[in-house]
Parts: sequence; C-alpha cells; structure tokens
Amino acid sequence: MGFDLEFSRRDLLAGSAAAAALVSAPKAGAQVQMQTPASMMPVELTVNGERRRLDLDTRTTLLDALREHLTLTGTKKGCDHGQCGACTVIVNGHRINACLTLAVQHHGDEVTTIEGLGAPDRLHPMQAAFVKHDGYQCGYCTPGQICSAVAVLDEIKRGVPSHAQADLLAPPQPTNAEMRERMSGNICRCGAYSNIAEAIAEVAGAKA
Amino acid sequence: MKPFTYERPKTPEQAAAAVATRPGAKFLAGGTNLLDLMKLQIETPQHLVDVQDLGLNRIEPTSDGGLRIGAFVTNTALATDERVRRHYGVLARAIAAGASGQLRNKATTAGNLLQRTRCPYFYDTNMPCNKRRPGSGCAAIGGVTRQLAVIGSSDACVATNPSDMAVAMRVLDAKVETVSADGARRSIPIADFHRLPGDSPHIETNLGAGELITAVTLPAPIGGAHLYRKVRDRASYAFALVSVAAVIQRDGSGRVAFGGVAHKPWRVEAAEASLPSGAKGVTAVAFEGARPTHDNAFKLPLATRALAATIAEARPA
Repeated sequence: MGFDLEFSRRDLLAGSAAAAALVSAPKAGAQVQMQTPASMMPVELTVNGERRRLDLDTRTTLLDALREHLTLTGTKKGCDHGQCGACTVIVNGHRINACLTLAVQHHGDEVTTIEGLGAPDRLHPMQAAFVKHDGYQCGYCTPGQICSAVAVLDEIKRGVPSHAQADLLAPPQPTNAEMRERMSGNICRCGAYSNIAEAIAEVAGAKA
Repeated sequence: MKPFTYERPKTPEQAAAAVATRPGAKFLAGGTNLLDLMKLQIETPQHLVDVQDLGLNRIEPTSDGGLRIGAFVTNTALATDERVRRHYGVLARAIAAGASGQLRNKATTAGNLLQRTRCPYFYDTNMPCNKRRPGSGCAAIGGVTRQLAVIGSSDACVATNPSDMAVAMRVLDAKVETVSADGARRSIPIADFHRLPGDSPHIETNLGAGELITAVTLPAPIGGAHLYRKVRDRASYAFALVSVAAVIQRDGSGRVAFGGVAHKPWRVEAAEASLPSGAKGVTAVAFEGARPTHDNAFKLPLATRALAATIAEARPA
C-alpha cells in the first residue's frame, strides 16, 4: 500500500504551556518548557463503504477517529486499553480493538463498524439475533460484541484455530465451548453471556 | 500520549536507519502493547517507524526444511498457517492460548517477542520500577508478587516475560533474524535473545540500537506430540501463572520450556534428560536455585503438576 509521507507539523498553541509562556511574563529564573508540537497527517479510510479523508494528530487512535472525527459513535470506548472489546471493529476483514491502533496505521484500509453492519430498518442477522435472544442489558458492550461475533463466525469458516480446539488439523466447529473461548476479548459487565452465546449460535446454525 | 512524528519506510534497512539515527524513535508493528504503554506515558517515543510496508508479512520454507516467519506476520496468521498447525503445533497452541482474538489479529511475531512485562508495578507510574526508571528501585519486591518470577530474578527486578508464543519458540529452538542500520544481518538463537534482569532490567533483549527483527526462523520439524498447557486465573484471556510448552516423542524423551516463571522463557536443556521418568526430575533441575516469594511459591509445585499433566496428555491413548 502506497503512503507518501508528508508531515504537516502544526504547533497547537492554544492552551499549551508554550502559549501560556508567551502571554505572561516568565518569572525570573523560571524554566519555560516548550512542548513538542503535535504532528498532523492526512489519513484516508474507507468506512462502511464510504471514502473519508481526515487530517489527524498522529496520536489519534482509530477509535477516536471514528467517534470524534467521523461521529460514528456506535463503536464504544470502554477501557481504552484493549481489555474490554467494546471498541471492536472489523478492518480489512479482521476484528481488532480500535483503541489500540493509530488511525495513521490504517491509511487506505477498509473499516466496518456496527453502523456498517446494519441499520434499524435492515438489521444484520447478528443484530436481529441479539435482539431476539436479549443478548444485552445496558447495551454498551453490544456493538463490540456484535462486530466480534460476526468476525468470529468468519474466523471459524477460515479455519483460524482456537484454544478450545482439541485437534489443530480438524476444521473448527461453532460449538458453545468455541464461542466462549473466541469471544473472551469482549467483556459484558451486565453478564448477558448466555444470551449472547444463544444469539451467536442461532446465526451460526448451531446449538448454544 | 506525548506527540510524535510517524513514517512508513519501504525497506528494512531504511527502517533500521530511521530508528538508529532519530532520537527517541521506536519501531511500531501491531501497536497493541506499545500504544497501551504510550497512553500511560510509560513509553514516550518522539518518532514512530511503522514497519507494515517492509514486506515482512510472509511465511516461507527455508532451505533446510524449516520455516521463515516474517516479523510482521500476525499471531492469527501464524497460528492458522497449515504448516505451523501440522509441524509446529506447540507454536499454534501457545499463540491460541494468549491474549484475545482481536489482539491476535493485530499483534505481530516480532512485536510479541518484544512485548514488555505486565508486572503491575511497571504499569503503575507512581511506583518505583528499575525497568521503567532505572535506579528507582523495585516496588514489586516485598509487594504483591503472585504473578511474578520465581527464578532468574534479581534484587533489581522480579518481573516475568508475559509471552506464550516465545515459550513455544524457545522449545522449538527458533532463531531471530535482524538487520541493523548499516545493513548488517545476524541470526540470534532465541535462547540468547531475551536477557535476565540482573542489575539492568530495563535492557530486555540483546538487540542493538535500531536493530530491526526481520523474521523468526524455525528449524526443520522434529515430530513428536506438541503440547502447550497454560494455567491461569481464568479460562481465557489472562496471562499465565505457569505454562508448559513441550514436544514429547513416543519414547518419552523430549523438550520442555516454562512460561510465567521468569524474565524470559525458561528452558534448562539439562533437565530434559529425565523427562522419560516423569515431571519431578525435570522440574527439580529446571528450577534449581529458584527464589520464590511467599505469594508465588505455589508456582513451583504447579510447574511440576502442569508438566505431569502435559506428559500424561502426550502418552498415546
């Protein structure tokens, strides 16, 4: 993937220590600490089939780019450290934690969020199954659970092995034990796990 | 996070040179560990050199019948590769036992080897830590040490290496291939790759400044039963208290390495001679000189029992 590097460095003066130092006379002997300026870069993403161009501080995570810059707030920020799975999105066909990756790492990538899977009038089968089986209580982890579950079924189809598998050379099956293992990166504080498992099992055509 | 600049070079040599010449520069692969540490300002790089465009994402056969795994191959891709599942099952099993599906999709082979400890005192920036701030002391010693090292530790550091993958790499005698800024290439046996903490726990590997991992190579397959047993506080998505990577042949001989017990994957080749006669003889030698704490002394009998269960699992039914 081509990526021409053009740094557009921009000093973010407003609110910074440097700005404060400029407008108030420094006390005699006081250290004026200059902050390293933020670095801005252009990033192009295809989000839910639509091309989006952004100019972002390099520090912007994919999660913050989606939520704060593209106002796609379906993807949730839970722990912001890759531990809870609320921010799970599908990038180039693979589920990842959007909080633990920089938007600039995904220049040119295709991102699918919960908004891209379905909408209230045309639910994705996994969304419909979560509604039918009551696979949530507060709903905060749900977009991540659903994105993860959709990707899990694809991983099983592609033969991605799991810790629950006895035979590494046999094709993995969508059993309850497999689902529990493969979904372990999505935490539900309300504890809707058994209903989540039933929803996924229905879409997989298996028994929970 | 502190501000940083970002680039994506096209060749491994350019990447190595970029990190070697720019102050405060670091390689960025999957980012699943580095970005977490940057958010906490435990890592504060001024420049990130993203290695995704270096062509290091292939798994290829080597001339001596082994495999060369590109540094940027994801943990999922590595565990899914048919050759790995068939001939290096211990590696596929170790990877599947680590982290979550989302993290394995992003984490890379080289990044996994370079991940930092999950010692809670390393993560808590209010605490002294010789790894985070050399010379500041170790808050873990005398603190809560349930997860921490029982052997190979020092008075400066009792952290463990958190990797599952590296334990399997150790039992398979993998080699780490690198390139430096001047174009020099070398191959480091995995046994010599990670360091014990000694009095410089902040130096975790024997890589030079700007030295870039390009691949990990596995020797030709050695057959046998490939097993990885991980004991942890919950059934999935938790770091090991103790793990056992083993390749056991039909006659009961074999190789074994332990995870969750030391600053590096723990393998004592001399201990393997007694593998055919059971676990106790192996761990007696492998953990000779152990320095467990009150909190983690359970890891020693646990290692023996985990190995005994692994040996039993390897026995043909």
